[in-house]
Amino acid sequence: MFEVATYMILFAMFLALVSAIIGKSVYDKILAVNILGTITVLFIALFGFLTERPEFLDIALVYALINFIATVAILKFFEYGDMGRSSHLNEDSDI
Amino acid sequence: MTVTIINFILLCLLFVAALAINQQRNLFAASMLTGIYSLMCASLFVCLDAVDVAFTEAAVGAGIATILFLGTLALTGFEEKTEVKVSIPGLIIVLITGGLLIYGLQDIPLFGDANTPVQTYLAGKYIDDSATEIAVPNLVTSILASYRGYDTFGETTVIFTAGIGVLMLLGRGGKKKKGLLDEAEEKQS
Repeated sequence: MFEVATYMILFAMFLALVSAIIGKSVYDKILAVNILGTITVLFIALFGFLTERPEFLDIALVYALINFIATVAILKFFEYGDMGRSSHLNEDSDI
Repeated sequence: MTVTIINFILLCLLFVAALAINQQRNLFAASMLTGIYSLMCASLFVCLDAVDVAFTEAAVGAGIATILFLGTLALTGFEEKTEVKVSIPGLIIVLITGGLLIYGLQDIPLFGDANTPVQTYLAGKYIDDSATEIAVPNLVTSILASYRGYDTFGETTVIFTAGIGVLMLLGRGGKKKKGLLDEAEEKQS
């Protein structure tokens, strides 16, 4: 059962890759990276159960955190042109 | 067997992603695809039982490297300027080097083979003695921080220096610029 699920996840990975390649807008690409990060989390969790090492779940959790931070960083970079400035310059920049 | 098939599929996906990166003329799309490549590479490393390497690949490759690419693109522009030329001598050199590397691969022991020098040379000593010599419960920590302490220290220094160098190259730019997302949208459409 885990086997089939893992193959399905790999297929989903392929679909995300295709969407990143043929996607037209910038948002498609960013979304594809984010989706692929989520799929990686699922893949690692499933792979842990497939090889009977459920402790991989913890690693998958940390991947979820990395994925979230990376997406926020990319979007923030696009919004501000850098990683943010000191907050006394203007209102809409943070850090 | 299943793991072998999974590895094979992941390698095929990596191949497709690498071809796509090579074909991309839009540098923003290419840097996003390198992020995707890193994530799939991390999955492959997890399959090969190198969870720590996979973790570094995901954090550095998908996270920090993408941000550095975007930082560079913000300074240089989103389109590749030079035209693509096929260089025959270059292709020949690449093919020869690749052939040599594949030839050299024949000497590499099989994955997970118990009789390789890696498994037989020092691993036993570490497993037997590190508890008494170093008195750190975690075997990996005792190797990284004590047996190979100078090595780790040197690596950390190199990475730190590289980080400072990149930060100095990119600078911090005091002025508020136009949102890069609009700019990239214009370029793409």
